Amino acid sequence: MNVLIASPLRSYTGASMVAADGATVGAVLADLDRRYPGIRFRMVDEQDRIRRHVRLFVNGAPTFDLSAPLSPADEICIVQALSGG
Amino acid sequence: MVGKRKTKSLSKSKSKSKSKSKPKSRAKPSAPSRLTLILVATRKGAWIYRSDRARETWRADGPHFLGQIIHHLVMDRRSGTLLAAAKTGHLGPTIFRSTDLGKSWEEAARPPAFAKVAEGLKGRSVNHTFWLTPAHENEPGVWYAGTSPQGLFRSEDDGVNWTPFSIVNDDPVYRGWMGSEQDGTPDGPKLHSVTIDPRDPKHLYFAMSGGGVHESRDGGASFFPLVEGLEVVEGFDAANVTFHDPHCVRLCPSNPDRLYQQNHCGIYRLDRPGIRWKRIGRAMPRAVGDIGFPMVVHPRDDDRAWVLPMDGQTVWPRTAVDGKPAVYATADGGKSWSRQDRGMPRRDAWWTVKRQAMSADAHDPVGLYFGTTSGELWASRNEGRAWRAIARHLPEIYAVETAEIG
Repeated sequence: MNVLIASPLRSYTGASMVAADGATVGAVLADLDRRYPGIRFRMVDEQDRIRRHVRLFVNGAPTFDLSAPLSPADEICIVQALSGG
Repeated sequence: MVGKRKTKSLSKSKSKSKSKSKPKSRAKPSAPSRLTLILVATRKGAWIYRSDRARETWRADGPHFLGQIIHHLVMDRRSGTLLAAAKTGHLGPTIFRSTDLGKSWEEAARPPAFAKVAEGLKGRSVNHTFWLTPAHENEPGVWYAGTSPQGLFRSEDDGVNWTPFSIVNDDPVYRGWMGSEQDGTPDGPKLHSVTIDPRDPKHLYFAMSGGGVHESRDGGASFFPLVEGLEVVEGFDAANVTFHDPHCVRLCPSNPDRLYQQNHCGIYRLDRPGIRWKRIGRAMPRAVGDIGFPMVVHPRDDDRAWVLPMDGQTVWPRTAVDGKPAVYATADGGKSWSRQDRGMPRRDAWWTVKRQAMSADAHDPVGLYFGTTSGELWASRNEGRAWRAIARHLPEIYAVETAEIG
């Protein structure tokens, strides 16, 4: 599936849109980390919580659940939330 | 477990036996041919300033990581490896490392992170790495890191992989002393001042912005608090470790049995094997007081140290006292202090200098450096007798360290 990458994370991917596989949101992030080492920890902390200023959208709907199921046609957007100056 | 106190000295000497405890290699001044680097970490990136041989002119190399919050930038003098503790406003923390003086950087494979807790429990996550320290001379590639919220971590592969270190992160007594995340500084509680005895890699110190100073003599298998003699805010019990707020602790390279400390409640000195800190800040001018953040020690003379006092009255402005900044120096172990402000603004300079933002080099005479939260970098190449700004208009400066090359 396609994953839209927020600009602060493009130093990892080198592109704004990348492909990744997985049956859940968490599995897709794990696949991204295999392809782009280190990217997951910048988004998800060691307790598997999505970081405060990172937002994930699946087909335009926000999700905070790493176990949320996905289908191959879904599109994920990773965006940065406002965090001050 | 929290260790029981041991009072055995590491040397056979009394508390101040300089000839036996001074590592000779650390007592020598740097060769004049060595070039000094100033490593500046800011809220919006990092800069490396390179000197000429006279430390007269400085050339800026940067920004590195523009826009990233860099809490500490440190060079390992054993290997030349640079580590930068980084995060952004959006993304989680990481460590970047460079083995070519910042020409290229690679990210740690496994940055400092707390252990994952069982489902249903509330575990901690590292907000940022605050402090980086290369380990003992005989442990090449080993580093320690202190984090916010307070955690202690170690890398044994030159900063590539980090793991929780010692009992500190999860011991219930230590967790109690750390308090909650609301008990820290405005930017979160910090574990800082990780310090290694140059005579013994197993003899360690660290401090916590909320939770006191601690010592281990067994390589971190156990720690015990070292807070006797330290004062706390009026109305609180000094016997309770959680109320202690050390700002910066420094060990004298020329005499590892001597420590200096700038604390929330004064300036202190500790001579080991003693365990009671002495408030040497009492000798500071009453109008200036002895509150501040950084503490710097002379590389070859354990009687000499520097502080940069800030206003600690009423609502704690934490700015230069009366808007007239100055460094204060002692040459007698804190019995007396002298003002060093030549070259600094005479008035209307409301500087704040953070606990990591002042450092010394190892030349003779010693060079001193500090950075302000208003983005000015100041230097003295004559042990504080005269100062000048070598950079302005930087972002908020978080840390200033020195290194040498050549």
